[in-house]
Amino acid sequence: MLRRLLYLLPVAIFAVIAGYFLWGLSPERDPGNVPTAMIDKPTPDFDLAAVPGLAVPGLATADLAGGEVVMVNFFASWCVPCRAEHAYLTAFSEESGVPLYGINHRDKPEDAAAWLAELGNPYQRIGADPGRAAVEWGVTGVPETFVIDGAGRIRWHHRGPLVPQVIERDLKPLIAALQP
Amino acid sequence: MIIELGHFALILALAAALIQGSLPMIGAARGDAAWMALARPAAFAQLFFVVFAFCALTHAYVTSDFSVANVVANSHSAKPLLYKITGVWGNHEGSMLLWILILALFGSAVAAFGGNLPPSLRARVLGVQAWIGIGFLTFTLFTSNPFLRVFPAPFDGEDLNPLLQDPGLAFHPPMLYAGYVGFSMAFSFAIAALIEGKVDAAWARWVRPWTLLAWAFLTGGIALGSWWAYYELGWGGWWFWDPVENVSFMPWLLGTALLHSALVVEKRNALKTWTILLAILTFSLSLIGTFIVRSGVLTSVHAFATDPERGFFILVLLALAIGGSLTLFAIRAPSLKSGGLFAPISREGAMVINNLFLAAACAAVFLGTLYPLFLELLTDGEQKVSVGPPFFNATFAPLMVPLVFLMAIGPLLPWKRADLAGALARLKLAALAAVAAALLAWYVSAGGPILAVAALGLAAWLFVGTLVEWADRVKLFRVAPGESWRRARSLPRAAHGMTLAHAGLAVVMAGAIGSSVWKSEVVTNLRPGETVAIAGYDLRFEGVERHAGPNYSADRAAFTVTRDGEAIAVMFPEKRVYAVRAMPTTEAAIRTTLLADLYAVIGDADGQGGWTVRVYYEPLVPWIWVGCLVMVAGGLTSLSDRRLRVGAPHRRDAARAGSRPAAA
Repeated sequence: MLRRLLYLLPVAIFAVIAGYFLWGLSPERDPGNVPTAMIDKPTPDFDLAAVPGLAVPGLATADLAGGEVVMVNFFASWCVPCRAEHAYLTAFSEESGVPLYGINHRDKPEDAAAWLAELGNPYQRIGADPGRAAVEWGVTGVPETFVIDGAGRIRWHHRGPLVPQVIERDLKPLIAALQP
Repeated sequence: MIIELGHFALILALAAALIQGSLPMIGAARGDAAWMALARPAAFAQLFFVVFAFCALTHAYVTSDFSVANVVANSHSAKPLLYKITGVWGNHEGSMLLWILILALFGSAVAAFGGNLPPSLRARVLGVQAWIGIGFLTFTLFTSNPFLRVFPAPFDGEDLNPLLQDPGLAFHPPMLYAGYVGFSMAFSFAIAALIEGKVDAAWARWVRPWTLLAWAFLTGGIALGSWWAYYELGWGGWWFWDPVENVSFMPWLLGTALLHSALVVEKRNALKTWTILLAILTFSLSLIGTFIVRSGVLTSVHAFATDPERGFFILVLLALAIGGSLTLFAIRAPSLKSGGLFAPISREGAMVINNLFLAAACAAVFLGTLYPLFLELLTDGEQKVSVGPPFFNATFAPLMVPLVFLMAIGPLLPWKRADLAGALARLKLAALAAVAAALLAWYVSAGGPILAVAALGLAAWLFVGTLVEWADRVKLFRVAPGESWRRARSLPRAAHGMTLAHAGLAVVMAGAIGSSVWKSEVVTNLRPGETVAIAGYDLRFEGVERHAGPNYSADRAAFTVTRDGEAIAVMFPEKRVYAVRAMPTTEAAIRTTLLADLYAVIGDADGQGGWTVRVYYEPLVPWIWVGCLVMVAGGLTSLSDRRLRVGAPHRRDAARAGSRPAAA
């Protein structure tokens, strides 16, 4: 009897595997979408110099530990989606009053200065990053935006431009929840 | 018009398969000879129609017929002719057609050469083969039709992926498919045997040639893919434990176990359940592999199609084929009567251990490949992990160590009951060789990692142990050389095949260890005239010039290689850009001494006259390819054994009368 049951084992195992495969095919699933690993982690240690030619100071870890909710945005002048999100980012920052800091990623200072002169500068501080800071922050492209809470922990990491839907659906409620 | 004819031919092939899969099976159950005899012409008809369809698609590619959607997506008028032809199978739809072609080829081969099979078994085998054909033909016709037209026809196509425009990769799919699909024969034989309710020595004798053929092709196909990755991808690596690589490796592992297990069924009428299960599982893994790389379930650099709708269709096919066969196994296998008893220490015992280790290794690879999917489901999409080389090195490698150790001992054990001490005593020379090789490796690599040194010793143990067994059989050095030669020539070819295959594996193992552990790499930025030094060689960068190919433009660099001041070679790595798809590829320059490879790659220019240059020194890498060739040679040698063409002997008693049903 037990011997017969043992023979059923292969088909039973296959049924389980087939079940997993069936689930794996579900349309909402995107196997290429890797979630961020930075949530609830403290901000990485970094100290970036100011971009030469800009009036705003540089950015370091200490600036993010001031006890208030801040936003950090990775951008570059050569990045097209950054240009697309710029207006929405500026509008949100002014309207909500949340300080916005920028990290200029792998950019030439003159290009960054020209880009900000053309579009406007919403950042209170900008750090010039030749590449290392992006690695520390788990950034794989630009633009990417982080929300840091009053305790210096990363609470939100958005990859891609900040479009209005994302701002309404995710960012605004989060800021409202984080600010006392 | 030709395309429409090809499409129609594919539909007719489906019709032939439907006939082949229904009437002969019913005929075998009823003992109706006429219906059973329908299997052979149906198989030939299926082959004819599939060949016609395949030729129609090839014609469209060769003449660059851009009214066919498949040709538009994967070809270009400027592509060299060789890649126009190989591009037929360089995409999802065309490769499905190749699958079906090879399936029909194998079916026809059994129909043509299976004259000494009992008619009912042959009818059932061809019937099961037809069922698989029906599954894939319906999949192709309904979801992956290569014969769809596009209107209006564009002026030119979108070109084949440049990575596939390469001789190695051009022939990798046919060889691989001949392997994968070849195991469908073992599967068909297993299902037919389960339906008949009988597995005997004769059955094993008939299964072995097909399994050997499939195994040899699969070994070659995997080796080609690995070799291609080595020279094309520009990292000097040849195996990345990528899901698609694993998916081809798992049938190989179980197929190897099947080969050996079938031997025991043939010689000793034992291990029947194991063999049947292995035959079913090997092909099941081929099917699961087809599912994984085409359904979008896992991401891979290598996935052909990521289409959940097609994935669902294949999953249904899987459920029917694998679920059905395993259910049949659960019902019928317990009643298979086993034959010879054997002591634990015996050749049969060694085969059991062989099966266990290979199956365990296969399970480890399976788990590693599918773990990300399982974990994602269990944590509801929260946790995404990737499983890479560290896992496989930690699980697969330790399982291989005892297996390789036993591989040298196994052939020395006789059937039924063996004297282990005696066998080990005969391997003293192999043990000495192992120690010597380990010491040599340790000396040459100036005290390398102890595990790698030990593993090289193990490879030497296997190599010398295999030769010791062969020398034993021909009584080398114990009788006159002429007598030894005579003995060698009269040995069954399968014995030579075994020696070649086992020795080949030892060579592959040594190559794998050498290239992984003692590989050295230098990445640097060079200006023309500057030199980079690696492993005693000096490579002087001469500069880069532009070069144009038929459908690409390239930056070709020149490196002068010197050793101790003496000029040895000039190497020309390239960085190509294929205009149509705007895709770059690297063409590494490799200089091989058959003991090691010097490997140079040119990267990007830094805009200030310098170029990024990567050079690798890979010791023993050529041994991997050579060893694989030797293994394939071993498989083909075994295949040419006369005994596989002559029918299996069977006892002259009532059993024989029972095995031949009343047939005209």
